[in-house]
Amino acid sequence: MVRWELFHHGADMGVRGAGRSKAEAFEQAATALTGVVTDPATVAPSTVVEFTRQEADDELLLVDWLNALVYEMATRRMLFSRFEVAIEGDTLHAKAWGEAVDVARHQPAVEVKGATFTELQVRRDPDGTWIAQCVVDV
Amino acid sequence: MELAQLLRQSETEWWILPTGKMRVPVVIYATESLMQEMDQKVYEQAVNVATLPGIEKACYVMPDAHWGYGFPIGGVAAFDPERGGVISAGGVGFDISCGVRTLLTGLTREEILPVREGLAESLFRKVPAGVGSRGQIHLGSQEMDEMLRGGASWAVGRGYGLPEDLERTEERGRMEGARPDQVSDFAKKRQQDEMGTLGSGNHYLEVQEVRAVYDSELAAAYGIRDGEVVVSIHCGSRGLGHQIGTEFLKRMLPAAARAGIELPDRELACAPIESDVGQEYLGAMRAATNCALANRQIITHLVRQAFHQIFPSAQLRLLYDVSHNTCKVETHTIDGHPKRLFVHRKGATRAFGPGHPDIPAALRAAGQPVLIGGTMGTASYVLAGTGKGLERSFGSACHGAGRSMSRHQALRQWRGRELIDDLAAKGILIRSPSYRGVAEEAPGAYKDVSAVVDAAHEAGLARKVARLEPMICIKG
Repeated sequence: MVRWELFHHGADMGVRGAGRSKAEAFEQAATALTGVVTDPATVAPSTVVEFTRQEADDELLLVDWLNALVYEMATRRMLFSRFEVAIEGDTLHAKAWGEAVDVARHQPAVEVKGATFTELQVRRDPDGTWIAQCVVDV
Repeated sequence: MELAQLLRQSETEWWILPTGKMRVPVVIYATESLMQEMDQKVYEQAVNVATLPGIEKACYVMPDAHWGYGFPIGGVAAFDPERGGVISAGGVGFDISCGVRTLLTGLTREEILPVREGLAESLFRKVPAGVGSRGQIHLGSQEMDEMLRGGASWAVGRGYGLPEDLERTEERGRMEGARPDQVSDFAKKRQQDEMGTLGSGNHYLEVQEVRAVYDSELAAAYGIRDGEVVVSIHCGSRGLGHQIGTEFLKRMLPAAARAGIELPDRELACAPIESDVGQEYLGAMRAATNCALANRQIITHLVRQAFHQIFPSAQLRLLYDVSHNTCKVETHTIDGHPKRLFVHRKGATRAFGPGHPDIPAALRAAGQPVLIGGTMGTASYVLAGTGKGLERSFGSACHGAGRSMSRHQALRQWRGRELIDDLAAKGILIRSPSYRGVAEEAPGAYKDVSAVVDAAHEAGLARKVARLEPMICIKG
């Protein structure tokens, strides 16, 4: 039930997280975001970065969360592999653990330019699983 | 794409007539086989664009079109500010002013071949490429604003290139109306160490050989000779442009709602040109355009340094620099009258015909060079804008091959190391920090660029001038 995956898109990449709660789905979507760039298993969770984001709508909150990670990845030259997300009402508090990009070890494939509204969904399936997904521009 | 839904006008022109909320038709330029390959999503997205306020004539779709966000990639639409026309961040794209420039080296294939390994290494060392790479230039806040106002002119002023390069760059190297004050500190921070870097994905630096000349008169006017080696640089406005795209896409959602615009798709978020958000986006987008022009100018300088280590007297003159993701203010004739329009080209190249005043004087009689990027294993093309193109697509043509396969599928099908070996066996040297990146960008994951270029030529959007084949490719 708790998992992440990448899904097909013509030019870019879709990221999807699934979990028992909305927060868990957001954590998994973030892992999928790393999966666009490299294998998350190769990223050591040695440094932590904290986030707070606020949006009235769950879907915009997901885009905002992923874009916050994109920004930190770009400016800190980091990759993240472990996430802890708490969502209270319209506010997300999160921690992300990762390390600086090591080109030889991580073989990063592509930069993420930004998370988009394409295929954007935050939903709860009939079996209770939360899904958080969107396409990211690469 | 389901062809039964379209009205075929010729071998390379297809129409979707206005229905529902569409204000204008959609006109797609492509052959039947390219149409069959095109995503159904292109149809839906082009129809959505045709519903936007103030759109003029039609939503045009180029032969390399594929599914984008909001606008299809390969979509062209012009908006009239006096009829409530809009500007859309999704109509420009995240990589604002991403484009191609081509340098003429004056060297032949025979001169390059004995030194190509050393040249490839030198270029790979000089031009930072890939995720996490930094340039040698760190911009403080005042210098950042000067760069955002000055574009390639700023770069030349700092010693990165030659004054004559500016004559051969769209906007003469500097887009007017840039407003660094509308670029957030977040966007500036993303850029402070990224000047002169190539980026990743489909961005590249290629050493190419002119393998065919289709129009000797136009080739001569451009200074292109059969057998000559050229260098093409494909990249854009890096982190700064991406951040501006992200921020304004979000800001344009409420702006559209405030203006009473019914959005068929959130990705089509837009704002009236004359609104505050519209004007602020234009100022930021023009600053990002200058960032892209400065970035390609600095990379040009680094390429020249790498060449000069081996060929001290090589000149490396700039043929031209064109952008693919832009919105420009242009005057076009509508129903016999000149009109000032905001022309969005997303994954499309401007392609003005002979005599247009916006073309540099030295190239004006021939028409604007249209630089079509290939993939690391397939050809690139030089075309020339046509007079006919102004009526057919607001003077626009295709921009590249366009992907036909997702990165995910490509990764399943190819291994980076094997691909590099296969291309080396064909005489193409690849240098990249990432095997996975190479696999995702496999030439087989793209459409046949020659079919795309032939369709643009047949449709009269641009004329074929020359074909370029890769010899060395630096991939991010």
